Amino acid sequence: MSFINYSSREINCKLVYYGPGLGGKTTNLQFIYAKTSPEAKGKMISLATETERTLFFDFLPLSLGEIRGFKTRFHLYTVPGQVFYDASRKLILKGVDGVVFVADSQIERMEANIESLDNLRQNLIEQGYDLDKLPFVMQYNKRDLPNIASVAELHEALNPTNVIEFEARATTGVGVFETLKAIAKAVLTELRRGSGG
Amino acid sequence: MSAPEVMFPEEQRQISSVCQRLHRDANAKAVLLIGRDGQPIAEAGEVGEIDVTSLSSLTAGNVAATGGISKILREKDFTSQFHEGEKTHVHITLVAGRAILVVLFDERSSLGLVRLRVRKATEEMARLFEQVAKKAAASTGPSILNEITDADIDKLFND
Repeated sequence: MSFINYSSREINCKLVYYGPGLGGKTTNLQFIYAKTSPEAKGKMISLATETERTLFFDFLPLSLGEIRGFKTRFHLYTVPGQVFYDASRKLILKGVDGVVFVADSQIERMEANIESLDNLRQNLIEQGYDLDKLPFVMQYNKRDLPNIASVAELHEALNPTNVIEFEARATTGVGVFETLKAIAKAVLTELRRGSGG
Repeated sequence: MSAPEVMFPEEQRQISSVCQRLHRDANAKAVLLIGRDGQPIAEAGEVGEIDVTSLSSLTAGNVAATGGISKILREKDFTSQFHEGEKTHVHITLVAGRAILVVLFDERSSLGLVRLRVRKATEEMARLFEQVAKKAAASTGPSILNEITDADIDKLFND
């Protein structure tokens, strides 16, 4: 849930990167961390297993600048993608303001994408949210790999509501900041809309 | 998206002063107040060396995980936690289900004293959060949010 502090003049929002295991959620955050100036970012935290699989979450605090004298701070989280960490995923969705779904474009991961998207929708319902009413951006990652589904196929399977979508190669950063900007913008726009502005 | 949580300058000042009093009365190293989603709200004491943003996010994650455990055990929320370190100990308490109060202390204090002082501080904080909620609900003045224009948002993302 966004938090507006009229005393320290800050707007805080929570973004969650969701998607199947090994799809590139952590890589998105690592690229953002690597390419952001030191004054705009805090420390990146990864609660990972010894084999670098996300165990609980990754966390990256980012400052995007000021709006009307208020600092905008975005807290970026990833969820663990592996199926059996569902309880952890539910916890991380609490208080979410916007979601990025990082889909794995490889044909053999199509089923995992669909399963993860269903899981996102279901877990949001349990937290009292409706994915169709939440700021939501779709990212088709790993576009550089050889065995990938076409964007049209991914769109048909994963994006029937036509939310804004991006092709990405998170390892080299293609599409990463475009995705971040789109979700941050959607969250701020929704915040304003929710306030009646 | 649910309505945003807010904090106003007057209550922020009062909450900060409760944190400072707790820091002094509990002989604590530091006191932090954090929103349930991990945003730092107020602090007192020796926080200069601490990465408050990271600590806040991890504490909120910890509290959320503990809440998950309590659900599995069909227990109501565990309202407090204690982590015993070699030098620094951490006492974590929920404040009216809205915030998390973290007290860091060492051998200059004791768990009993911290618990005692925390109880009083959380009561005061709960009252102040109630006040904030009432004020936010009654607020009819222009909010920062509806002053924001498309151009303001676009300006943030100009490279």
